[in-house]
Amino acid sequence: MVRKLPAKDVVIVGLGWTGCIMANELTDEGLDVMAIERGPWRDTATDYPPSYAPDELRYRIRHDLFLRPEQTTFTFRNEMSQTALPIRTWGAFMPPNGVGGGGVHWNGETWRFAPSDFVLRTHLTQRYGSRFLPADMTIQDWGVTYAELEPHYDKFEYLCGTCGTAGNLQGRIQEGGNPFEGPRSRPYPNAAQPQPFSHTLFAKAAAELGYKPFPQPSGNMSRAYQNPLGVRLGPCTYCGFCEWFGCGNYAKASPQTTILPTLVRKANFTARDNCEVTRINTDASGKRATGVMFVDTEGNEWEQPAQLVILSAYTIFNVQLLLLSGIGKPYDPIANTGVIGRNFTHQTISDVVSFFDPAKFIFNPFIASGSIGMCIDEFNADNFDHGPHGFVGGGYMGQVQTNGRPIETTPVPPGTPRWGARWKEAVRNNYQSALKPGTGVHGSMYSYRDVYLDLDPTYRDRFGRPLLRVTMDFHENELKQNAFLTDRFAEIFQAMGAQQIVKEYRKGPYDITAYQTTHLCGGAVMGADPNTSAINRYLQSWDVPNLFVMGASGFPQNAGYNPTGTLAALAYWSAAQIRGRYLKAPGPLIDA
Amino acid sequence: MPDLRRNVRDAFAAGALSIALPMGIAAAAELPDAHEYSQVERGRYLVTLGDCAACHTDPRREGPFAGGRRIETPFGYVAAANITPDRKTGIGSWSDEEFDTAVRRGVMPDGKRLYPAMPFVYFAKMTSEDVLSIRAYLKTVAPVERSVQSDQLPFPFKIRALLRLWDALYFNARGFTPDAVKPAAWNRGAYLVEGPGHCAACHTPKTYLGGDKQDQKLRGYSIQGWFAPDITNDEARGLGNWSLDDVSDYLKKGHNRFEGAAGPMAEEITNSSSKMRDADLNAIAIYLKGQPGQSASQKPPAAGADVMRAGAAIYTDRCSACHKADGTGVAYLIPDLAGSTSAASRELTTMLRVVIRGAQSVATRDEPTGPAMPAFGWQLSDVQVAAVTTYIRNSWGHAAPAVTAAEVRNARTSLTKALD
Repeated sequence: MVRKLPAKDVVIVGLGWTGCIMANELTDEGLDVMAIERGPWRDTATDYPPSYAPDELRYRIRHDLFLRPEQTTFTFRNEMSQTALPIRTWGAFMPPNGVGGGGVHWNGETWRFAPSDFVLRTHLTQRYGSRFLPADMTIQDWGVTYAELEPHYDKFEYLCGTCGTAGNLQGRIQEGGNPFEGPRSRPYPNAAQPQPFSHTLFAKAAAELGYKPFPQPSGNMSRAYQNPLGVRLGPCTYCGFCEWFGCGNYAKASPQTTILPTLVRKANFTARDNCEVTRINTDASGKRATGVMFVDTEGNEWEQPAQLVILSAYTIFNVQLLLLSGIGKPYDPIANTGVIGRNFTHQTISDVVSFFDPAKFIFNPFIASGSIGMCIDEFNADNFDHGPHGFVGGGYMGQVQTNGRPIETTPVPPGTPRWGARWKEAVRNNYQSALKPGTGVHGSMYSYRDVYLDLDPTYRDRFGRPLLRVTMDFHENELKQNAFLTDRFAEIFQAMGAQQIVKEYRKGPYDITAYQTTHLCGGAVMGADPNTSAINRYLQSWDVPNLFVMGASGFPQNAGYNPTGTLAALAYWSAAQIRGRYLKAPGPLIDA
Repeated sequence: MPDLRRNVRDAFAAGALSIALPMGIAAAAELPDAHEYSQVERGRYLVTLGDCAACHTDPRREGPFAGGRRIETPFGYVAAANITPDRKTGIGSWSDEEFDTAVRRGVMPDGKRLYPAMPFVYFAKMTSEDVLSIRAYLKTVAPVERSVQSDQLPFPFKIRALLRLWDALYFNARGFTPDAVKPAAWNRGAYLVEGPGHCAACHTPKTYLGGDKQDQKLRGYSIQGWFAPDITNDEARGLGNWSLDDVSDYLKKGHNRFEGAAGPMAEEITNSSSKMRDADLNAIAIYLKGQPGQSASQKPPAAGADVMRAGAAIYTDRCSACHKADGTGVAYLIPDLAGSTSAASRELTTMLRVVIRGAQSVATRDEPTGPAMPAFGWQLSDVQVAAVTTYIRNSWGHAAPAVTAAEVRNARTSLTKALD
């Protein structure tokens, strides 16, 4: 039996970064907001206190903070001709779970996308001609520009206390920052953290090679900070337990350390944790959302009516809910019609492991924070001439070594046995003098006609709903891009004085079992044309105007940067439109 | 969409503020008409000052001031009365004089004496005008019909007639007399602290019968599983190194550069002092900073003792990530153990509780973060807790006797029964 709850002005599906941002903005507007979160409530001192947060086995190996595949999973295949099979343990990416979402266990890498990223097809076509792009590449412009998003990037950075060195202040290039970044209206709220030895050495070698190294923008605090909401963060302790972990020191920007303390004080905000939304309800016309259905931990089914629905779950679950709710036309890669599931992307990353003389180099790799690192941006976006290389896209690269945790930090030179006394000796000899960045080369992945999401024809979840099916493989453009970038990256380690270098190129086929990043993007993308996008430039559903879809599911393709800064900026951008325009005249903000 | 809602709410809040602000800080003003709005508003503020809701509003049930909340005392539990204007179960049928007698003399209309858990000992210092204002405000709250069984104490404390004897020992009906040589702000602070604020109810050491030890006023007392710290100007264990702003920040925001409030004080800040006027908070600070400290020093463990070495190692391993190696913490977020004089408090109640069980600090409008101390009781043995607390209590200029494992064991036992 479905029980119906009293109606709310707004229901928010998923209480991670974007859910919290929307909840805070819309409660500020006076609206009565209910957020529904699939996972548990999480707080610093009760859920990841310093007394046990640094537990690599519990969090990194056993995935304590993440969704359990038995709760729900998805099926995977590389090509349309294959039969997809269900994922039974997470590999390539980590579906978040619980209040704070990915914002709890991220590293804090807080980038802005390049201005050209938002007008990608237009830009590349103008510079290289349309025939330069592969025929099946389906990249498109976002419908929103960097200049429009700039104030919203800024708002998120000041919320988080982002630490960094500005490279472009209102058009003036700044020494020590990223000279390729779009103009920012003011400096970062906090200076970059001091960098450990290996990161400093990387920057020196990069500069000698003619690059412009700069500290990665970071959500790990270089000092105590109070944000504009009055919430305080403490200084980072360089413990090296950041990504995969919650921060016990209030030192990593997360919804818990930036927004939730303010949000939970508001009388017009309510949250239900451990409740899973199973569909978005629409009225008979299918043009208006009437609320959502959710199931609690006892299996009771509830209806939460609302005037405005904000979908802010993780990328693939946003897409799954749209498909299961019959909102928007499902993407058909053969007919090349429909939008829900289209332009699904991930990231193209690779690494370089380098071995230095143990007698000369002691790197102390355990002194680290989640976003610590020196990067270069020469090979990202369209910062270099792609003409001679025969591919598009790129990424930042850097010595972004975020930990020296004991289970995983065992780099040994090629030829070392995989176990036994000689392996142990090699680990001992190289622990202090080998370097292995977290994501050394952080490349873009552009969208293709045959990389997409749809509902699996065979496998179902515990509620009997079809699982989402992922069809994904790397295309030649990305593999070429990665080979080029990885070679450039390795040259810098060579210049640092490495004795031996192992290039771990990204190779096809796409491997679902090994961790890459959690940066899944697309599937319900934004754009100017309802025939190729699920949501308009304000993240409003073209089909159901009182539904807004947050998150990286709206990215038409993925850039060579981490997505959090951009998806948060988009949430603020969308919230500003809802507050400024939509609430005064609810309806489509753009006529289709 | 209800665009108007926030505007209405803001307008209401702004209206309330503009009425509250011009009230001035004089302890007693001319007696206004009993039904004047300004008198009701004055009463509302006094009810906040006196934190009447702390006992008389049960947070688990509907209805402000409808009573029923169980109050823990050293002698057992008492339940706070229903003070809504309900004529049958509340105080709606009382005359103003009867109300005044109950509040300032501890005697109810039927002649029964109130247990001193109702702080009439302190409220006796209040002016008649203030008490009548409180009465005027309480007449405006919604009547709730709820009978409260207030007698829950064991024999012999349940014999109310014995309270006559208690009153003879500890109750002084004299009202507040300003000290003519002190400035007005000091006198306002004295009135607030000793009268409606009833700070001594928790912060003054008690006799075995629960009466205030008058010669140890505000020097700290363990109550409800916490040590209400010394709030005199004592250099070693009180507010000696706090500025006036530190005191008022703590009361208003729940946090200052040294400490954050948890436990019963967190509740007081939420319901009462965070809503006080800045001038009143400053007056309280001036008065508290004017109270002499205790002179007796505590005997520290011998220099170089093993317990200090062990404590230092545990501190480095478990505590220093947040509180820093030098104990200074992070202002307004992580308590400064070096600067905090309550680190060396006379009694261990709070320190052992916080280490063993952790503590949630208060979140306020000005300081919404509400950071929490995680529990270490599951991780550290009695001997380890004793060592690390001994280390903290004897570092950075603090001095206090060594903590024993037996004290930690006793604290663990009593914490199993204590509420959060």
